[in-house]
Amino acid sequence: MGGVGAERRPDGGAPGVVIVGGGQAGIQLADSLRTEGYNGPIDVFATEAHLPYQRPPLSKDFLGTADDPSALPLRAEKFFAERDITFHRGVSVTGVDAATRLITSSAGDVLGYAALVLATGARNRQLAIDGAELEGVHYLRTLDDATALRVELERARTALVVGGGFIGLEFAASASQRGVAVTVLERGERIMGRVLSEPMSQHFSQLHGDASVAIRLGEGIARLTGVDGHVTGGVGTSGALYAADLVVVGIGVEPNVELGRMAGVGVSNGIEVDSYLRTSDPFVYAIGDCCSYPNAHTGTITRLESVQNAVDQAKVLAKTLTGQPTEYVELPWFWSQQGADKLQIAGIVDVAGDPVLRGDPACGKFSVFCFRGDHLLGVESVNNTADHLAARRILSHHLPLTVAQAADPLFDLKAYSRAA
Amino acid sequence: MPSITYVHPNGDEQVIEVVPGTSVMRAAVTNGVDGIVGECGGQAMCATCHVYVRDEFLAALAPMNDDEEEMLEETAAPRDEERSRLGCQLKMGSRLESIVVDLPSMQVEE
Repeated sequence: MGGVGAERRPDGGAPGVVIVGGGQAGIQLADSLRTEGYNGPIDVFATEAHLPYQRPPLSKDFLGTADDPSALPLRAEKFFAERDITFHRGVSVTGVDAATRLITSSAGDVLGYAALVLATGARNRQLAIDGAELEGVHYLRTLDDATALRVELERARTALVVGGGFIGLEFAASASQRGVAVTVLERGERIMGRVLSEPMSQHFSQLHGDASVAIRLGEGIARLTGVDGHVTGGVGTSGALYAADLVVVGIGVEPNVELGRMAGVGVSNGIEVDSYLRTSDPFVYAIGDCCSYPNAHTGTITRLESVQNAVDQAKVLAKTLTGQPTEYVELPWFWSQQGADKLQIAGIVDVAGDPVLRGDPACGKFSVFCFRGDHLLGVESVNNTADHLAARRILSHHLPLTVAQAADPLFDLKAYSRAA
Repeated sequence: MPSITYVHPNGDEQVIEVVPGTSVMRAAVTNGVDGIVGECGGQAMCATCHVYVRDEFLAALAPMNDDEEEMLEETAAPRDEERSRLGCQLKMGSRLESIVVDLPSMQVEE
């Protein structure tokens, strides 16, 4: 791998890097390529009509009552001109021909590439039940989604959330703070059960309950009901009725892999890449939510949906594309803000592992150290940034930590993590 | 309107006027002030909006919470015990009509 080559573009110039996706991964890559000294053409294609913006606040601050509802941009508008990056706003890549190394776009562009980077993200899994098409049934991913929800929250009195995951619960907390009566339906035995340890899941159940959010476990949605085309409620899989003038669906996402398939590269749960973020085609790469990669910390193939993963993968790939092949080994970390409580996760939690409490949940500030046997895999912290940062260092540097040390409040975790 | 003055390490100044409620991080990211990243979107998770507040404005700032206190130990450029803050936690408004901040030499470890 010798960095980005210098063949011809259809327009006569040398082909450069074509980035598909204007989210956190795609924009960071464009930025980092210039920082690493790449001076060839960079084309970024972004389907949405907005300038690139940060998604995490959309389910948190953006839905609150703060007076400034504008989205936070990922970069200023002038960034693209200053860095000589061609930003194709509101233009999708519709075709990839890996044999001739050409992409086609919804605007009719035909563009050659020396490197094609798929940073296509993920899309919301859609409800496929009666009533799913009613007005007032919302998903939450894009700025347009969040803007529409914000408007509805002004008049909504009851909201039904389908899915007790991060997005649904962040929304539930924001809506509840605004005085909306919220019910959350979760099919599983506990909220956020796919990603959190049991004690942490229980803690958040209690927090939401204290905030008057009703949580129904073991309950799915059977159908939605409406009047005059607008949703009025839902029927649970138990047969129970839930009135709602607003429904938010957060039942997970599916990676956008179609361009990977068109390019003929390996696709399973995401576009498959190696530790250098390379697909099976030497000219095609994938980063961010759309890719599955060998995770150095878990030893498994992982697909992550997080800012950290998008940003760090982009930075690493920028090095590889500029002739400094670099493996992606960064520790995953993640956060969620639910009402007044901040959850921070370092590493990847084994939800079936052996959780060890550090601190007292009753005081609202504690951590769960998630072991498998005597091996630490991940740490969840609530309102405890000190523990979280120490955990990031311990896990990044593979420092040994025993169950007894993790559980002992007198053990100085921060000092220990800094000794690395 | 409140105004924020960003002073770059080479001495160049950028002055930005903002609506009340705007944070020092948001104004910088929105207007493309080099030297402020704001990777986490203002959640005090990343320490990439580190600034050094000029002494005369320190008294008008909202106090630091635990999150910010801890994150400031993670900054790429050295922390100043008195002047270092995260830009995302500094909101402009009636108590803070203007502020002058010095930008650190880096926000991310090289």
